[in-house]
Amino acid sequence: MRIAGKGQVDRGTPVSFTFDGHTVQGFVGDTVASALLANDIKLVARSFKYHRPRGVMGAGSEEANALVTVGRGAHQEPNVRATTQEVYDGLEVRSQNRWPSLDVDLLAINDLAAPFLGAGFYYKTFMWPKAFWERVYEPIIRRSAGLGALSGEHNEGIYEKAFAFCDVLVIGAGPAGLMAALTAARAGADVLLADEDSVLGGRLNGEREEIDGIPAAVWAADVVDELAAMPNVRLMSRTTVTGAYDQGTFGALERVSNHLSGANGRPLECFWRIVAKHAILCAGAIERPIAFKNNDRPGIMGAAAVRTYLHRYGVAPGRAVTVFTNNDDGHRTARDLKAAGVHVTAVLDSRKDGPDGQGYPVIYGAEVCDTGGRKALESVSYRTVSGEEKLGTDCLAVSGGWNPTVHLTCHMNGRPEWREDIQSFGPVDGMVPGLTTAGAGNGTFSTMGAMQEGAAKAKAAVEALGFEVGDVDLPSAEDAPYNMEPLWAVAGRGRAWLDFQNDVTVKDVKQAATENFRSVEHMKRYSTQGMAPDQGKNSNMGALAVLADATGRGIPETGTTTFRPPFVPVSIAALGAGGQGVGFAPERFTTSHDASVTDGAPMIEAGLWYRPSFYPKAGETKWRQSCDREVQMVRNAVGICDVSTLGKIDIQGSDAGALLDFVYTNTFSTLKVGKVRYGLMLREDGTVMDDGTTARLGEEHFVMTTTTAAAGPVMRHLEYVYQCLRPELDVSMVSVTEQWAQFAVAGPKSREVLSGIVGEEIDNESFSFMGCGEVSVGGVRGRLFRISFSGEHAYEIAVPARYGESLYQVLVQKAEALGGGAYGMEALNVLRIEKGFITHSEIHGRTTAFDIGMERMVSTKKDCIGKTMSERPGLSGAEREQLVGLKPVGAVKQLTAGAHLFEVDAEPVRENELGYTTSVGFSPTFESFLGLAFLRNGRARHGEQVMMVDHLRGVTARCEVCDPVFFDPEGGRMRG
Amino acid sequence: MRLTCPHCGERDRREFYYQGDAVALNRPDPEASDVVWDDYLHNRDNPAGVTRDLWYHEGGCGAWIVVTRNTLTHEVLATELASDVTEVSA
Repeated sequence: MRIAGKGQVDRGTPVSFTFDGHTVQGFVGDTVASALLANDIKLVARSFKYHRPRGVMGAGSEEANALVTVGRGAHQEPNVRATTQEVYDGLEVRSQNRWPSLDVDLLAINDLAAPFLGAGFYYKTFMWPKAFWERVYEPIIRRSAGLGALSGEHNEGIYEKAFAFCDVLVIGAGPAGLMAALTAARAGADVLLADEDSVLGGRLNGEREEIDGIPAAVWAADVVDELAAMPNVRLMSRTTVTGAYDQGTFGALERVSNHLSGANGRPLECFWRIVAKHAILCAGAIERPIAFKNNDRPGIMGAAAVRTYLHRYGVAPGRAVTVFTNNDDGHRTARDLKAAGVHVTAVLDSRKDGPDGQGYPVIYGAEVCDTGGRKALESVSYRTVSGEEKLGTDCLAVSGGWNPTVHLTCHMNGRPEWREDIQSFGPVDGMVPGLTTAGAGNGTFSTMGAMQEGAAKAKAAVEALGFEVGDVDLPSAEDAPYNMEPLWAVAGRGRAWLDFQNDVTVKDVKQAATENFRSVEHMKRYSTQGMAPDQGKNSNMGALAVLADATGRGIPETGTTTFRPPFVPVSIAALGAGGQGVGFAPERFTTSHDASVTDGAPMIEAGLWYRPSFYPKAGETKWRQSCDREVQMVRNAVGICDVSTLGKIDIQGSDAGALLDFVYTNTFSTLKVGKVRYGLMLREDGTVMDDGTTARLGEEHFVMTTTTAAAGPVMRHLEYVYQCLRPELDVSMVSVTEQWAQFAVAGPKSREVLSGIVGEEIDNESFSFMGCGEVSVGGVRGRLFRISFSGEHAYEIAVPARYGESLYQVLVQKAEALGGGAYGMEALNVLRIEKGFITHSEIHGRTTAFDIGMERMVSTKKDCIGKTMSERPGLSGAEREQLVGLKPVGAVKQLTAGAHLFEVDAEPVRENELGYTTSVGFSPTFESFLGLAFLRNGRARHGEQVMMVDHLRGVTARCEVCDPVFFDPEGGRMRG
Repeated sequence: MRLTCPHCGERDRREFYYQGDAVALNRPDPEASDVVWDDYLHNRDNPAGVTRDLWYHEGGCGAWIVVTRNTLTHEVLATELASDVTEVSA
């Protein structure tokens, strides 16, 4: 029921939305919950397990009952709190966990079966027969229990992530938070004030009180205006700080546009990572319920929530409201309702004494012992020493006292301490380094006290950061004492709810204790109390108190479970914002990328790089046709291939050679200027790390190439060896992978292609095999290396990356004129397999220099990384699987990579395995499949036969073992 | 988590690559016994408390850094350039 003249919603701007298909009217500024209550819609949800009718209970993110689904299809979001979702035109809200409808929920049969569905029921009831669990029990339980469901469709909403830095992060903008922010900001600190509500002010917007003689909400708005005008302050409303992490890092979820009907390209949510030098937690407190029989009916709410609906939204949640309280705060609800003209049936106070009624009866020593009404509250029964009475009422406002919202202080394993004065757990400074707490979140419940504490904590914080704080003017405000006498659960039979969201009752907690789940952690897991989105915001203290009572211990001794992040549910979409599809990983493109794509080459991923697979020509319908042609083109004419993706590390200094001697197994300090040498690199444990060529461009200048995959790890390794092991060396290095575009020019006509492009003579004299040097490429200073990964007379030519695209086109054009052209990764792979050159398919992290036949490359004259450990027994010898070549010789001519090798007559089972294939390809040169493989004692078995068995693809081929170098073993073509 | 790079100042841990125990700085002599090498390569303490490990500022200046931190409290107690640590001990 809306009350004229009350509330801060914009009465001039009506909004209509739907709830379960029915149109509901609200105003801008309403939440779904306030609009439903304004329209007297009490039944909002069905409970998790028993399908009990439930209504709105709170007025903030702590809501445990009123969870709804917002939107439809791909935009559907389940388990949204009706108390935090703002209304907008066209908003579609649906209730959850009911069938066929909220009003007629057939699954409410569970409520009748409640005696069988207590704590741990599924562990006990569904034990037998075993096979029934997956097929019968689990599907039934899954259908009948639970909350909202995801759509199953791809979420195409926009999400964002962002980073923020500040001197002081103030979490919560209630009286403590506003004063803290104001104090820190006036001192000049960079302040970030985050609050999860749409309007800053916290409880000041939900109470009828004055600060400095003006309404508290107006005072709050004035302070917010002042803060907003300061350049060193950022205000973040609708932003929930979800977690506290190491070194002053906080996670926060901002609701950017999911409260608006049109996002206009803005993200729905933004996940912030905030780094603060100091944080002041002013998270307030959560009013605790009292457990009594049937305390979960729609219409039973928090007493402070009732005040919030009255003052902020101008809504009376009932026409005849009863208050049940154990502290003075409940009386405040009655006074405010009365003053607003709402009928107050009675205040039932469990204490002996308290404030007098102001036009309504107050009954002391009264405890509510039952309630009536199925889909909405109709009556309340209460007990006093003189007996039991029944009152007709449609709303029961309950206040069991307040629990400081300590959640964030626990995120780094700190434990809150029991405070006798407030009968609750309170934070202790230092639980999160650099975070202090103020206000109700620190157990200081009066407005005046909160403001004093907020200002004091901020003063201390900014002074520690070096700011000067002048006199802090504190406004005057309400400073009433708390006056609470604990009442956790009203004694009696029947189900009394502790955890509304997980349907856990007093009986369940007692049963857990009876069955010896006496530790609070065990009780939680056995009963499911405090699990799921709620995380015990409403229920933890009550459950602890009941457990303590049932086990005969005090509450401090019983302890509390740990609150873990996030404080409110955070969607994976927000956490991983930007990481979908192409956002998953960066993309690296070579300078020839566009040209390759234009020529129709399918691009394949190589690490983060994209490389051409092959270049299809007219008439070629299968990749093999293109690949075969490209291989023959290189063998017979000339091919061009972009090899820029290989790592390039520029190494300079008088000790550059010494560093290389230490990281490579072979010696580089003796390499002549103008020469290139192949090098092998080991890990310290003796296995092969990477290989590649290194060129000496000058006395103190080397350029190393690494494989594409290992470019990053090798750079890291070189820096490690230099900085951590040999810092005395005079050397420096930098990755220049992206600075140089480099192309292989391979084939008998490679020199012909380059002559005319390169300014200098490149005959065998000046550029013999493994020669290198600076050259002029159309007036640009480039580099030429006579190296070959194909076995042909070949070069690699490098120019600064900005010239890569044009050089590539010139090279391809010239090659095509000579009967050649571009070749892709498939042909490159076949060419190197024919030649027996290894890649990371072979040096995959488990092979040694011995395994690949390069043990003689480990110099005996010097130390190097991995040398000592490579000499360990077991890393060489006949038992090792050694690199060999394989040729099919039986009826099956196909080889596959990853297949296993067996003796010809052996059963192909694991115990008989002798090795495996690593690389295979069809060689047009030999008109046969060729393979590289590791075979036990393989080098001694050349000429023998083995069976290749691919269990996965069902291929079995008889093979001959041979030398891994199939093509031109003497190397005459490379040198020629 | 945030680490202070001696060159660049305090940075998010996403800029760093984690290697492992700083014992890796103490590379044994090539002729040292198998036991010494085995220890160096494979055996690591897993302290509940103060530990020293190596991080690489890969997304930054490329410095290898010795980080002294507490595995219980996550407190970062000190950061030093690995080259300084090695030179002092060498």
